[in-house]
Amino acid sequence: MAASSAPLGGHSRVQRPHLSKMERMVVTMQDPDQGVRMRSQRLLVTVIPHAVNGSDIVEWLMQKYSIAEDEALHLGSLLVQHGYLYPLRDPRRLELLPDETPYRFQTPYFWTSTLWPAAELDYAIYLAKKNIRKQGALVDHEKEHYQQLHRKINHAWDLVMMQAREQLRAAKQRRKGDRLVIACQEQTYWLVNRPPPGAPSVLEQGPGRGPCTAGRVPMTLDFYRREVECLRRALGRARVKSSTCLEAYLKFSSQHGPHDPIMSGCLPSNPWVTDDDAYWAMNAPSAAVPTRLRVEQWAFSFRELLEDPVGRAHFMDFLGKEFSAENLSFWEACEELRHGGQAQVPALVDAVYQQFLAPGAARWVNIDSRTMEQTLAGLTQPHRHVLDDAQRHIYLLMKKDSYPRFLKSDLYRDLLAEAVVPLETKRRVFPFTRKPRHSSPSPAVLPASASGEPVGGDGDGET
Amino acid sequence: MAADGLHENETLASLKSEAESLKGKLEEERAKLHDVELHQVAERVEALGQFVMKTRRTLKGHGNKVLCMDWCKDKRRLVSSSQDGKVIVWDSFTTNKILTASGDGTCALWDVESGQLLQSFHGHGADVLCLDLAPSETGNTFVSGGCDKKAMVWDMRSGQCVQAFETHESDINSVRYYPSGDAFASGSDDATCRLYDLRADREVAIYSKESIIFGASSVDFSLSGRLLFAGYNDYTINVWDVLKGSRVSILFGHENRVSTLRVSPDGTAFCSGSWDHTLRVWA
Repeated sequence: MAASSAPLGGHSRVQRPHLSKMERMVVTMQDPDQGVRMRSQRLLVTVIPHAVNGSDIVEWLMQKYSIAEDEALHLGSLLVQHGYLYPLRDPRRLELLPDETPYRFQTPYFWTSTLWPAAELDYAIYLAKKNIRKQGALVDHEKEHYQQLHRKINHAWDLVMMQAREQLRAAKQRRKGDRLVIACQEQTYWLVNRPPPGAPSVLEQGPGRGPCTAGRVPMTLDFYRREVECLRRALGRARVKSSTCLEAYLKFSSQHGPHDPIMSGCLPSNPWVTDDDAYWAMNAPSAAVPTRLRVEQWAFSFRELLEDPVGRAHFMDFLGKEFSAENLSFWEACEELRHGGQAQVPALVDAVYQQFLAPGAARWVNIDSRTMEQTLAGLTQPHRHVLDDAQRHIYLLMKKDSYPRFLKSDLYRDLLAEAVVPLETKRRVFPFTRKPRHSSPSPAVLPASASGEPVGGDGDGET
Repeated sequence: MAADGLHENETLASLKSEAESLKGKLEEERAKLHDVELHQVAERVEALGQFVMKTRRTLKGHGNKVLCMDWCKDKRRLVSSSQDGKVIVWDSFTTNKILTASGDGTCALWDVESGQLLQSFHGHGADVLCLDLAPSETGNTFVSGGCDKKAMVWDMRSGQCVQAFETHESDINSVRYYPSGDAFASGSDDATCRLYDLRADREVAIYSKESIIFGASSVDFSLSGRLLFAGYNDYTINVWDVLKGSRVSILFGHENRVSTLRVSPDGTAFCSGSWDHTLRVWA
């Protein structure tokens, strides 16, 4: 290898932590006591030491990381794809076969993070060697690259050819086994750094992800001033102790669990599984008769009631009966202001004032005098947040007062009683290994169901 | 009058060291109320059973990497794009505002109709890679994650940073709020996902495994918040038990990086997009 360009080495390693982790992994795999079982591998007439079997690699990964075979095979394949392991027999294919196929660990010299980015000069030399050694050895994409490079570094071509011949000559002096290994190592390196068309390029960073270094954001005085200010504010923040916060997750998850189709399945069935979209029809935003689960969810929190258009409509009806529907209408108008277009702001603010806030307004809302005073003062310079305080006041009023009454009302009780509980639909074609609790079993099925059920056990013949 | 407005005793170095010392104090304050770990509290929660989720749809047709996707309001159609550069989040209530995250370290709030910049948010020390709007009752906040390893919570009205967390060891690729709005999850190049509680003002869980060494590119919660789905750069999707901290399942199928992942609005499925040019719907 020519003395290549000083790689970005440390820099790229920091940026791509998965490479250092893979390196640590292969180092552990080569530990004489705890590592993968090494053997000598016979290849034609040579014997290559320190080889490992595909199946031994998989086995070792399964043991070391307590993972199943499929995950171990996948992890091992990634190591091969990134060039940290190479197959001895067919080095063109960077894949892991979980059998007797022999592999070897790549020398650190050729590690992805050590020698990156790959130098064009080196690639030219490599291709030249291949070409010299055996005419027609270059495959299509290599031929293309070779021609391109010939054009590009034409001025240094003599150097390329000279280096190529020199390396070939030096290689001839080596033992056959070493020669073979070095050739494999080099080939693997180039398969990773110059993948053939169709093969995934594991070194790609993706669009818009160039060096994420500082330097894009100037570390000025302003930057640090802002940071210091933010930290000072953060120090003064009121915190809640962890036990309280964490208990809240338990409560939320258990309350919402039955409403989570992935956790609990859904009735009549999950459309994605059975191709029957009855579930979507029944739960359409403006379904005439809401399902029971849906009506129950309105009792979880005021926010969830308002988020559901059907729930909100019924709540509006209820407020109408209590002669306080203007509160919800006012809240809705404020939402429109907050989320609407900038151009509409002055007109909307005015409309809200006329309808809800002006003395003698048709739908006057009852806000405390201080908030009203501040709001009216702010109206002289309307912006999208000018009604935030008034909106919050009315929101809290509804939440603390009207909402609890709604939940206790006959209206709500009747809705619950009339709500639909869909029946489980008969299953059509699908494979399953045990009878599920209902037709779209939750992916998180508990292990306690009956064992020994025959396949297709619900009596429906599979077509 | 110095152009930079240097005050007495204020130099770049002194500000930097003040910031460092404040960070230390903040971490001390945060630790004071941390009386229990999430997995301890979750010990009495019933464990999840065997998890089986399959690809139900594979959408082919893109000629290049899928980078971004989202669900339409009707809960079954998807919108996806093969675009590079900025990350865009559409306000779910109307389509009038766009919140963007950018490579110059800022976030910005725009009015679509007029093209006007409504508010900009400064504070990240490097590219901002992701953001998510809070599902809150009355507030106006969002969270962003960046190449500076920081996750920051912002007040949309004032433009100020309200809270900041710096526990990841590498770029944060994805942030998503917990359904109640009291917490958010993040996915990072350091191969971990983490949960940050906004009321406790700290990180409360780390989702990691020794065998997972590639970065998490995209995360989302199931409807009840019990499960966290995370797509990774090693082509897999890992499913995490949010409460117990354990990995419930690993899903194979994609043939290249998983770049984007979203649970459908009605929670019946989730969709993953990948550099292998396809999208998969899992249920």
